[in-house]
Amino acid sequence: MSDSPDNPSASEPDAGGSGPTQRTATIDRPEGGSAGPSRVRQLLATVTQSLTPMVLAVIAGGILLALMGRDPIEFYGTVVDRAIFSESGRQETIIRMAPLLLIAAGLIVAFRANIWNLGMDGQFLLAVAFTAGVAPMLMPTLPRWLVLTLVLMLGGIIGAAWTVIPALMKAYYGLNEIITTLMMTFIGVNVANVLVKGPFYEEDPGRAFPATPVIEVADRLPRLFDTSIHIGILIGLIGILVVHYLMTRTSIGLRLNILGASPRAAHHAGLGVAKLTLLTFLVSGFLIGLGGSVELLGVQGYMRADWDPALGLLVVPLVFLAKMNGWASIAFVALFAVLANGGELATRDAGLPNDFILFIVALILIFMTVTDYLAVRRGGKGNPWIARFLASVGLRREGRDAE
Amino acid sequence: MTYQNPAQTGTEGQFEPSERTPVVELQGITKRFPGVLANDDIHLAVEPGEVLCLLGENGAGKSTLMSILSGMQSPDEGAIYVNGEQTVIADPRQALDLGIGMVYQHSTLVPTLSVIENLMLGASEKLILDASEARERLEQLAGMLGAEVDPHARAGDLALGQQQVVEIIKALWKGTTVLILDEPTSMLTPRGIDELAKMIDSLKEHGLAVIFITHKLHEALRMGDGVCVLRQGRVAGRLSADDLRSLDNDQLQERIVSLMFGDESGELAGVAELSAEVRHESGHDPSAAGSGRRQHAETATALRIRGVSLAPVASSHGLHDIDLELYQGEILGVAGVDGNGQRELAEVIAGQRDADTGAIVLHDGATEREVTGLGISSRQRLGLRYLTDERHGEGTVRTMPIGLNLLLKRIGQEPFWKRGAVQNAAIRSYTESVIEAFDVRAPGPDTPIGKLSGGNMQKVLLARELAFEPRVVVYNKPTYGLDVRTTQAVRLRIREQAERGVAALVMSTSLDELLEISDRIAVMSRGRVVGVVENGPGAEERIGEYMVGEVAA
Repeated sequence: MSDSPDNPSASEPDAGGSGPTQRTATIDRPEGGSAGPSRVRQLLATVTQSLTPMVLAVIAGGILLALMGRDPIEFYGTVVDRAIFSESGRQETIIRMAPLLLIAAGLIVAFRANIWNLGMDGQFLLAVAFTAGVAPMLMPTLPRWLVLTLVLMLGGIIGAAWTVIPALMKAYYGLNEIITTLMMTFIGVNVANVLVKGPFYEEDPGRAFPATPVIEVADRLPRLFDTSIHIGILIGLIGILVVHYLMTRTSIGLRLNILGASPRAAHHAGLGVAKLTLLTFLVSGFLIGLGGSVELLGVQGYMRADWDPALGLLVVPLVFLAKMNGWASIAFVALFAVLANGGELATRDAGLPNDFILFIVALILIFMTVTDYLAVRRGGKGNPWIARFLASVGLRREGRDAE
Repeated sequence: MTYQNPAQTGTEGQFEPSERTPVVELQGITKRFPGVLANDDIHLAVEPGEVLCLLGENGAGKSTLMSILSGMQSPDEGAIYVNGEQTVIADPRQALDLGIGMVYQHSTLVPTLSVIENLMLGASEKLILDASEARERLEQLAGMLGAEVDPHARAGDLALGQQQVVEIIKALWKGTTVLILDEPTSMLTPRGIDELAKMIDSLKEHGLAVIFITHKLHEALRMGDGVCVLRQGRVAGRLSADDLRSLDNDQLQERIVSLMFGDESGELAGVAELSAEVRHESGHDPSAAGSGRRQHAETATALRIRGVSLAPVASSHGLHDIDLELYQGEILGVAGVDGNGQRELAEVIAGQRDADTGAIVLHDGATEREVTGLGISSRQRLGLRYLTDERHGEGTVRTMPIGLNLLLKRIGQEPFWKRGAVQNAAIRSYTESVIEAFDVRAPGPDTPIGKLSGGNMQKVLLARELAFEPRVVVYNKPTYGLDVRTTQAVRLRIREQAERGVAALVMSTSLDELLEISDRIAVMSRGRVVGVVENGPGAEERIGEYMVGEVAA
């Protein structure tokens, strides 16, 4: 009969976050309305906490480069030169951000609702395949803007459709979506290949590989001003910011946050957990599918068999570092795009495979979990989203969560 | 049956307490925590065959004292004597070796293991487990307690009372001479408490010393040979066995209340909780406690539950053809041992669970509306409310601020959201007004609700369910785990709402509570309503008869 304030149900994220729009958000800032210097300090601490793993990964990558007899300063110098200081490289960096932003938006929606949609690559690639197959069929008969709009929507719908099976299984039978979405990705990637080699295949003696018809450059997404940057970046930015606004300022976002923090409380409050779960999956899949369409219509122009950039898993650490905050996600996606874009040239110059960039991404993931573990062990706060993910797969972090 | 008791073999039941050395004696125990003096110069002694009740409000220092005795903490000052010898208890294992067994408030059993496995888990130091020896020991101890325990039952499947028996057996396993029970009745029903009292008597007869920690007055009077009252870390006073015999109940109540609450006792003397407890103990008519009880005969129906059934499953008795009618302004209590269908019924009414058959009908004057097919939030909007008994599990989202938790069931509605966009100013001012009106002690409206104490959290939940025109409210264990003052505040709210015409269905495992506030009391057993009793003289006895099944349904 003690009047104790706590129960051992651990690891509900504080839905924490930082960023320019946090001034009044009730959802995002449960710690209370302290203002002034402490707020600034808190923000700084959050930024430091989030950036540390990236910095450590870059340093560790540098050490490895030195061990292999390359000059790390020169390597990273090339990365920055290419990705930020050269005009064409800068544009390329921005172009790369577009699909990543949409995937990030899709992941934030799901992760905040405690739904671990890890089937991004299947959703993404199927959307790419359908976009690549359908757009050339429509182009001759309909105006370009209409085709582009329709096909973008189609990509989103395909992405959403590919989540339906895991969504139903989660909503009505409680099946773990981490497993089902991953399995659906295996299937989805192969179905995309079947489509490219089958119904959407176009014979072209000039190509050594099966692929879909090529969309004329003039028929692709319009460019911004006189650059090579297509409007996909705008779609991406709008997508992630709308998601951010929805998740932090609106009733639907609050419902998803409650579902994420406590499904039982969501049921008790009459939020309609099954429908909410379905909705979350669909929105998440739609945004990711839209990302696929944008990438195809903006950059690739066609899809060749066995093409799979596997962007989805690259974005996962970024949204975790950003603590599911839209603004912070833009920053991390930009940092990653710089690394990926500049790294392409830098690895070539250094005589290394391009996969070296993946190695750095892996280091980011490792350092993210290690620094989080250390922060929690020292009695600090840690990243609540990591704790929540671990709890979802049946693991519990030591320290504060395990009390 | 022989019980090997290292302290005094072969003298069971026949002793003169005054001649014995205390099994455990504490002298001048002081324990400081940063900013708090948890125990201040405490002297205590307990003799074989004696039950010492340690009585005090939450935070009086009972738990600290017992964690010192069980080796979890060491005192800053003072000495501990076990069987007359000064001892330092360095860790819990040593406490066990010294014959000090502790039963904690919360279960320490592994739910997936069987009873016998749980017992061997704690006790055996041998590499190879000797199950037959363990079963013998279990039989011996169960016989001593006068209880029956199935050694092969899964611990998680046992009822709470049975689990507690296993916990006690676990504590006695190694030849314990002093058994400490920390608030053992908090999870028990009236009948379970009776059984516990019998077990304690039986332990006394076998010459064990028992320290019984509680904050309930009538339990202390009932079980204790001596009562020691703690307040703010000090011994505020003692009542010897002679005191308990010679004073009448009113005098005892007065003494203990003044010891427990000190200067505040004047303000608290009239607290119905305390009065009711003592009156109950002294056999007075409990119905006198509730004033202003209404006759429901003339008032209109508010809610009708017709033939509601739910198939039983492994973890639940289900519901069987429940028929209940609830009148406007009436408080209908639901008594019964926990886990006999109360939660299932509450959830069916709230819409959190679909019944297999039957109907829930909401009445409003002449109009009636069947809500059986409606969702949770539609029912909430119609004024059908459910105060859950799981404040942490489903009642709140602990990382979210008080304001959002207050509005958890009204998300998206004006004026707190406009076209879906959150209106922070409106939420804030509403939250502030609720904090004021319900006397919620919180740093501010943005405080995450998980940081509030259980009592304040309950006030927030109460405010949530009672806001925006409630018509029928299901209260599931509304005062469970709350301190005396908050308990009283909650009961006042329930009454106040009833006076406004709101119908209340109050589920509680505390019969005293139901007798204090209800107009009628329904008794649930194994998923059935076995009887409905008008509250008044003799109600308690009739409810008891229904609970043990002596009256045909």
